[in-house]
Amino acid sequence: MNAIKRILGVLWVILSIAAAYFCVFEFGLPKFLSDKQDDLVFGIIILFILTPLIVLGLGTFGYFSMIGEYDQKK
Amino acid sequence: MSRTSTKGIWKVISASSMGTMIEWYDFYIFGSLAVVISTKFFPSDNPTAAFLSTLATFAAGFVVRPFGALFFGRLGDIIGRKYTFMATLLLMGGSTFLIGCIPSYETIGFLAPLLVLILRLLQGLALGGEYGGAATYVAEHAPVGEKGYWTSWIQTTATVGLFISLMVILATKNILSAEDFDTWGWRVPFWVSIVMVGVSYLIRKNMDESPVFAKAKKEGTTSTNPLKESFGNRYNLKFVLLALFGATMGQGVVWYTGQFYAMSFMKTVMNVDSSQVDGLLGIALLIGTPFFIVFGWLSDKVGRKYIMMLGMLLAILSYRSIYKEMYNTTNVSFKTEVVEKTTKNVETTKNNDIITTVSKTYTDGTSYTEKKTDFANKKESQTNISVKINSEDEWALIFWVFIQVLFVTMVYGPIAAFLVEMFPTKIRYTSMSLPYHVGNGIFGGLLPAISTYFVTHAKANGKADFYLDGLWYPIIIASVCFVIGMVYIDNKNKTNHL
Repeated sequence: MNAIKRILGVLWVILSIAAAYFCVFEFGLPKFLSDKQDDLVFGIIILFILTPLIVLGLGTFGYFSMIGEYDQKK
Repeated sequence: MSRTSTKGIWKVISASSMGTMIEWYDFYIFGSLAVVISTKFFPSDNPTAAFLSTLATFAAGFVVRPFGALFFGRLGDIIGRKYTFMATLLLMGGSTFLIGCIPSYETIGFLAPLLVLILRLLQGLALGGEYGGAATYVAEHAPVGEKGYWTSWIQTTATVGLFISLMVILATKNILSAEDFDTWGWRVPFWVSIVMVGVSYLIRKNMDESPVFAKAKKEGTTSTNPLKESFGNRYNLKFVLLALFGATMGQGVVWYTGQFYAMSFMKTVMNVDSSQVDGLLGIALLIGTPFFIVFGWLSDKVGRKYIMMLGMLLAILSYRSIYKEMYNTTNVSFKTEVVEKTTKNVETTKNNDIITTVSKTYTDGTSYTEKKTDFANKKESQTNISVKINSEDEWALIFWVFIQVLFVTMVYGPIAAFLVEMFPTKIRYTSMSLPYHVGNGIFGGLLPAISTYFVTHAKANGKADFYLDGLWYPIIIASVCFVIGMVYIDNKNKTNHL
C-alpha cells in the first residue's frame, strides 16, 4: 500500500499542474480579461481562489505522498 | 455512562445544535432569497448581471469562511470553545438582522450593495468559526465510542437550518401578498433571526466549558500559537491536507449538489415554480435528515471511512442518471398538450414594452407559462418560463432529491467525529475548522457558480444534454477525493486523539 501511495503522489503533483494550466489558461484568464461582468467574477474566483488552492494544496499533498509522509509505519 | 451524564450531554447537544442550526438558517436565507435580493440591491437593468452579482456575494460568503475558521479557531484553542462560539453566534445574528434593514439600491444607491457585501462577509466569518467550535465542544463531551452518534446531531443542523429557512420563506410568502413580499416581506426572514439568536445566546451562556479543554487549560497544555502548530508543523499539516483532499472536498460538493444545486437546477433549468421547489425540497430534507444520525451512529460501529466513501461513490455513479430523470419528469415535450386550453395574451406597458404571455395545460395536469417581454428601448427580449407540476411529478422529484440527501447524510453524518478525532485538543478547533470550511465553503460553495457556468456554456454550444454538464464539477472533485480517501485514510484512525 505504501508503494501505491507514493506512486499516486506523482499523479497528484501532475494533476495539480494540469489543473493549474486548465484553470489559468483555459478557464480563468480568458474570463478574467473579458469585458462581461459575469465572466469577470467567474475569472476572479477561478484565478485567485480555486487555482492557488488546488495547485498549492494538492501539489503539497502529492509531494508529501511521494516522499512517504503518509506511509503506514510498522 | 451514568444517567446524569446522559442528561448532561443532551443539554450540551441541544444548546450547541440550536445555535449552529440558527447560524445555518441565517446563512441560507440569503441564498434562498438570492433572486429577490438581486433586484433590491443590485442595478436592475440587467437581471442576469444582478443575479450573478448576488451569486458572487454568495460566493464571497463562502470564500471568507476559511478565514473565519482561522480567526475563531485560533481564539477557540486559546481562550476556549464556549466563549468563541458565543461570539460567532452574535456576529452572525447581528449581520443577518442588519441585512434585513438595509434600504434598497433605489433609495441609497451604491451603498446598498456595499453594505450587503460587508454583512455577507461577516456572516461567512462567523460561520467559519461556529461549526468547528460546536463539533469540537460536543465531541469533547461525548463518551468514547459514541462520538459519531453524538456529533451527528450537530451534522443535522445545516440541513435543518436550510429546511427552516425554506419554511420561514414559504410561510412569509403565504401570509403576505406577492406584492407585499416583494416590497418588504422578504425582509421578515432576516428579522426573525434576531429573536432566535437571542434565545440561543441565553441558553449557551449557562453552559460549561468543554471538560477536555478545561483540563488542558488547567494543566497549562493549551497552545500559545495554534496557527503555527496547525499549519507550520509538517506532521499536523499532512493531516490537514488529508482531511481536505480525502474527505471534506468531496463531502462539500456532494452536500451542495444534493441540496443547493438540486434546488437551483429545478428552478432555473427545469423552470419549476419556485414555491413548489421550496416545498418539495423541504419534504425531501425532512425525510432525509434522520439519516445523519443513523450514519453517525453506524460510523461508531464500522468506522467513518467506508460510510463516507460509499456515499461519495454512489453520488459519483448516479448523479447524471438522477438529473436526467429529474429533467425528464417535467419536460413538457414528453407531455400531451390540451390545445383548447392554451391561451395567449399580449399587453403593452406604459414604457411601450410588449409582454406576451402564453399559458398551456397538459393532460397530466402540468401547466406551463411563458412570459416574453420585448423591451421597446433596448431591441432585446427576456423570456421567463414557469412550470407548475402535478402531484405525481412532485413526488417523483421529492424521491430523487431524497436520494441525493441520503448521499449527503452518508458523507456528512460521520465527518465531524472524523475531523475532531484527527487532531489533538490544543489545536483541534483550528486544525479541523480549516479543512472543513475550505472543503465546504470553497469547493462546495463555488459549485452553483461553476456548475451554472458549465450548463450555460454547453447550452450555448448547442449540446443536447446541456443540463447535465453542470454535474462534471462535483463528479470530478468527488472522484479525486474518493481515490485519496480510499488509499490514504485509515479506517481504524490510528491518530485518534479523543
